[in-house]
Amino acid sequence: MSDFATEVQRVASLYPDRRSAVLEALRLAQERHDGWLPEEALREVADALEVTPAYAKSIASFYDMLHLEPVGRHVVEVCTNLACALVGAQRVVEAFESELGIRSGETTEDGEITFRTVECLGGCGYATVVAVDERYRQFVKPDDVPAIVAEVRDAEG
Amino acid sequence: MPKADVLLAGTDQHDLTTLDGYRAANGYTAIEQARGMSPDALIELLNDANLRGRGGAGFPMGRKASLIDRKSPKPKYLVVNADESEPGAFKDRQIMGEVPHRLIEGCLITAHAIEAEQVYIYIRGEYLAEYEILARAVEDARAADLFGDVSVVVHRGAGAYICGEETALLDSLEGKRGQPRPRPPFPPIQGLYGAPTQINNVGTIATVPKILELGVDEFKEVGVETSPGTAIFSLSGNVVNPGNYELALGTPLRELIYDCGGGVAGGRELKAIIPGGSSVPVLTPDQVDTPLDYNSIQEAGSFFGSAAVMVIDDRCCMVQLALRAAKFYMHESCGKCTPCREGTRWMVQLLTKIEDGRAELSDLDLLLNVCDRILGKSLCALGDFAVYPVSSYLNKFHDEFVAHVEERGCPFGGESSVEGITAPIDQHAHHPTATVPS
Repeated sequence: MSDFATEVQRVASLYPDRRSAVLEALRLAQERHDGWLPEEALREVADALEVTPAYAKSIASFYDMLHLEPVGRHVVEVCTNLACALVGAQRVVEAFESELGIRSGETTEDGEITFRTVECLGGCGYATVVAVDERYRQFVKPDDVPAIVAEVRDAEG
Repeated sequence: MPKADVLLAGTDQHDLTTLDGYRAANGYTAIEQARGMSPDALIELLNDANLRGRGGAGFPMGRKASLIDRKSPKPKYLVVNADESEPGAFKDRQIMGEVPHRLIEGCLITAHAIEAEQVYIYIRGEYLAEYEILARAVEDARAADLFGDVSVVVHRGAGAYICGEETALLDSLEGKRGQPRPRPPFPPIQGLYGAPTQINNVGTIATVPKILELGVDEFKEVGVETSPGTAIFSLSGNVVNPGNYELALGTPLRELIYDCGGGVAGGRELKAIIPGGSSVPVLTPDQVDTPLDYNSIQEAGSFFGSAAVMVIDDRCCMVQLALRAAKFYMHESCGKCTPCREGTRWMVQLLTKIEDGRAELSDLDLLLNVCDRILGKSLCALGDFAVYPVSSYLNKFHDEFVAHVEERGCPFGGESSVEGITAPIDQHAHHPTATVPS
């Protein structure tokens, strides 16, 4: 059995119904496939959990952190929900768009960075919150953006 | 004067993320005490403490536990709702990140009360750092043989606001799309995998060990008669010192905003306050003396919600804020119930029309009509949550909405604090959109 299948079995054993492991399986599959879920990845999940690929896709399409389209090597997300919006999140969004030369929801041409806005990340008291590959940066101001982008571009992908 | 630190007690002296630190702060003594008690006695104690759910609804935890069919031949489950996603709320994140063992001990005590051997903690997928801390704490506690017959699993979500709704959470935990279930049957009768299930918020469960440690009487010394104890209030928006503050329930809103939060930032004027997360009706400055407890906030026309207080200053256009909130609920509607799925789209379109200066006065009535057609007409409260901000902003800031119509555009002239805010829904091309007839 592959490492992937072994790990999925281990997670599945924590529940009376193996389908409960589907989110973790999709997350692991996504990590193995450059951060998104091509058909092949969905088939791997389906095989490991004995569900259909369509079932795996129906789950993947429901959750925001699972991607059915290719993403960049790094994903940068800015919260624009109410608390961040009130203290100037839009100016942070615009700073990223200008620094990266793309609009939110797009990926840079070199495939390095996907930039998108997201709903509340639960850091409202530390606005504006930016997640870089799922790690939070808090109190981000437009002036901080060039350094964040430079750091992301230098990081190992 | 009793100190209002219950949930976060000891964090100033010890690193409570470690087992040793938590033990030095008297940790894992309450579970010993609880295991010496019968489940019935333990539930009675929770009832005496009148611990009300910290997740939003304020339902007494002890009563919830007493509804569990403990004689059922099926397994009993305890599920902790750690899917904190309400805009404005970040209290559970601090509990898991700073006092994970208090949450775990609360799980063990509650599991004993309902005779459950399996605990699932459903944490939102975005809380990666907190997941790592909590998962390590669970491993440490397990390795120290603190679990007895109980198994505790930390389960990560993958990004869906709706999974904070308890039945959607159960479906998600079962490996399905997170969509709410019809009720009845309620989870204590038929919950996870069809078995009796107790579901509580992180803040509720993490309070339990302190009730045993302090004793019911001392626990009830803080807070008010109808809502004893403390809560962590998440303060955000236009204040000098945003952040989490643990306060006695019943503390006046003014104290949180001005004494803890340092008042409105930049010397601006207070315009509005959202007292319980984005889904509750907004309050106006004349209500700033409202005590922060379940009953008082309800008497003021809003809800305690997730204790997330958002401060809004006079630079904010309430139409833009309503539109941003409506876009959030449209994005997060799971699509199961028509009033919520379609109604949130109508709200977004009507609010866009108003903000752009294309609306007539009749559109304001239409917007309220749409709200009325959503409210109370869906399986879960998400539809209601979409309505409360929109209808309350419209009712309480009616003149501002009318000005958008009469001046054929936003009276803030591009100077609003939330001008042009991008929403994730704007990035999606795949949402089919029903059009509001002109």
